[in-house]
Amino acid sequence: MMMTRIFAAALAAAGLTAAASALEGDAHAPKDHEWHHEGPFGTFDRQAVQRGFQVFQEVCASCHSMDLLRFRNLGQRGGPFESEEYPNPNDNPVVMQIAAGYQIEDGPNDDGDMFMRDGLPSDAWPAPFDNEQQARASNGGAYPPDLTLIVKARSGGADYLYSLLTGYTDPPEDSHLAPGQYYNEYFEGGAIAMAPPLVEGIVTYDDGTEATVEQMAEDVVTFLTWAGDPHMEARKQMGVMVLIYLFIFAILVYLAYRQVWKNVKH
Amino acid sequence: MSGHSTYEPKTGVEKWLDSRLPIIRLGWDSFVDFPTPRNLNYWWTFGGILAVFLVIQIVTGIVLAMHYVAHEDMAFDSVQRIVRDVPFGWLLQSMHANGASFFFVAVYLHMFRGLYYGSYKAPREVLWILGVVIYLLMMATAFMGYVLPWGQMSYWGAMVITNLIGALPFVGDAIREWLWGGFSVGQATLNRFFSLHYLLPFVIAGVVGLHIWALHVPGNGNPAGLEIKDPKKDALPFHPYYTVKDGFAIIVYLMVFAVFVFYMPNVLGHADNYIEANPLSTPAHIVPEWYFLPFYAILRAVTFDIGPIDAKLGGVLAMFGAIAILFVLPWLDTSKVRSMRYRPLTRWFFIFFVIAALGLGWCGAKNPDDPFVGAIKFVHLAQFLTAYYFAYFLVILPVLGIIEKPKERPASIEASVLGEAKS
Repeated sequence: MMMTRIFAAALAAAGLTAAASALEGDAHAPKDHEWHHEGPFGTFDRQAVQRGFQVFQEVCASCHSMDLLRFRNLGQRGGPFESEEYPNPNDNPVVMQIAAGYQIEDGPNDDGDMFMRDGLPSDAWPAPFDNEQQARASNGGAYPPDLTLIVKARSGGADYLYSLLTGYTDPPEDSHLAPGQYYNEYFEGGAIAMAPPLVEGIVTYDDGTEATVEQMAEDVVTFLTWAGDPHMEARKQMGVMVLIYLFIFAILVYLAYRQVWKNVKH
Repeated sequence: MSGHSTYEPKTGVEKWLDSRLPIIRLGWDSFVDFPTPRNLNYWWTFGGILAVFLVIQIVTGIVLAMHYVAHEDMAFDSVQRIVRDVPFGWLLQSMHANGASFFFVAVYLHMFRGLYYGSYKAPREVLWILGVVIYLLMMATAFMGYVLPWGQMSYWGAMVITNLIGALPFVGDAIREWLWGGFSVGQATLNRFFSLHYLLPFVIAGVVGLHIWALHVPGNGNPAGLEIKDPKKDALPFHPYYTVKDGFAIIVYLMVFAVFVFYMPNVLGHADNYIEANPLSTPAHIVPEWYFLPFYAILRAVTFDIGPIDAKLGGVLAMFGAIAILFVLPWLDTSKVRSMRYRPLTRWFFIFFVIAALGLGWCGAKNPDDPFVGAIKFVHLAQFLTAYYFAYFLVILPVLGIIEKPKERPASIEASVLGEAKS
């Protein structure tokens, strides 16, 4: 009985928060997409995360930064290029190769000069623009948000981003779009400065998967979910162990309770 | 402590220590042989649960503080660094953030328990007041803790709450600037909030010590609202009877906690707080954490001037008044009957009080201008519920204590237990 009471309280609390988040915007409710990583046992679809990384790298990263991502994250436990052979992601050849594809400013050297060198797994993902002003100047005044935490930073999370990426339509007749704005019914207000980023075939997947807009959206959102929550799998796995442990502990303590109170009316 | 100490030091070391610092005797008398009413139900387990959560918050918080950077340019990233790079940092951060919510769930249930069973009545007024002090300290600690991750809600929540102080006449602006350490929420504010967020939990721990001391003088209240007359018949030693019962409740509560920590770590938070604080961009809807929503609703319910008091100041006074009124509650309730089990009429008003408190939370989460039913907006609902909140303390409890005819109460705790067992 106490369990139900506590659950009721917890649910009430969760309900209040849900009510709080339902406030945000009059935009269309996001599509309820089915994700491989949903639910208490959901894991990342490793192939999808890898494909999503490709979409991010080839499409999103030209305007959006990913400040909290380090190249080494890509090869760490739970990451898209995790490898049993290389428990230290800094040794992972895939990661090293990706990092080496970027030029990173380093320095100063002994002469006091900054210099460019190949990226290392320990480097942060390089931002496409030097600062916010440059980003705005190149994007018609709009500032492309950093994508590291984007799934957590939007109410609706992965469903919202998937809906947004697949939700571009022709504007309704009564809408007033400024030049450089596009219509997306999932975006608050409907007018978004990001041009439809995904077009069929904009990337060519190595594994032969057909690069439809829906497929790319699902892949890149899976990647972004991982990027914002890289320890999700470890977290869920530990949760199972903790709950099993507490459950057995609860039974034992309950039996002890029954034993202790056996002869006491209360 | 009630009753004679039964502690008998057995070893030489215990005897030596007992005549110098009888700390083992204190522990024995307080937590082993302490006579506890035999009829406590599970609503009495939240005290123990709260103690556990205070420890969880302090331990996780101390480790988090080893990695956190209280700087306006680095605080946000440092929290993310904890989550992403510190070994098990994601676990610590999730436990600490969700732990605050579970701390408040438990404290609210503990307080409603006190309201229903009349735990605030003589001779437990000081015990109750110390509890309200703890609650206030918890609110201050939680508020300042929420600012530390330096997300959008952190920043703007701090802005809204500190601006409330500015509503005070004459001194408001000066106090607000003094709190900020500048002319806006900024580096100085973040740094001092971090310092105070680290300090206050230890103050809470100290007041909890007083709270337990004040509990152990009259002993526990209980669902029958009667005092222990004959410890042999009415009471049981705290250990093992209540250590095992509290222990079971704590583990069950921890299971619910674990579900949130491991499977929905962000459900109780707000998405905007994953965006770094930006003084130039105000979020569309600034909402506090769920545990402050009822008071936020009371704050916004006052939309009209009352004489010389303008609406803003009126809202601030109502909000603080909603908590302040708890301090004088022991003298507002005129009934000599503690437990609402024996107060058939008051019981219904209490149930509606709980509904009103939850309803105020709902109003706090909504935009005041959102329609509730038809032409009635949420602000109207909040006004009605706020009126009931204050009427409960200022009118209903004082009046009902005089006019209500309580049900017949059992002669003793033992009789109440045996009576129930028969039915």
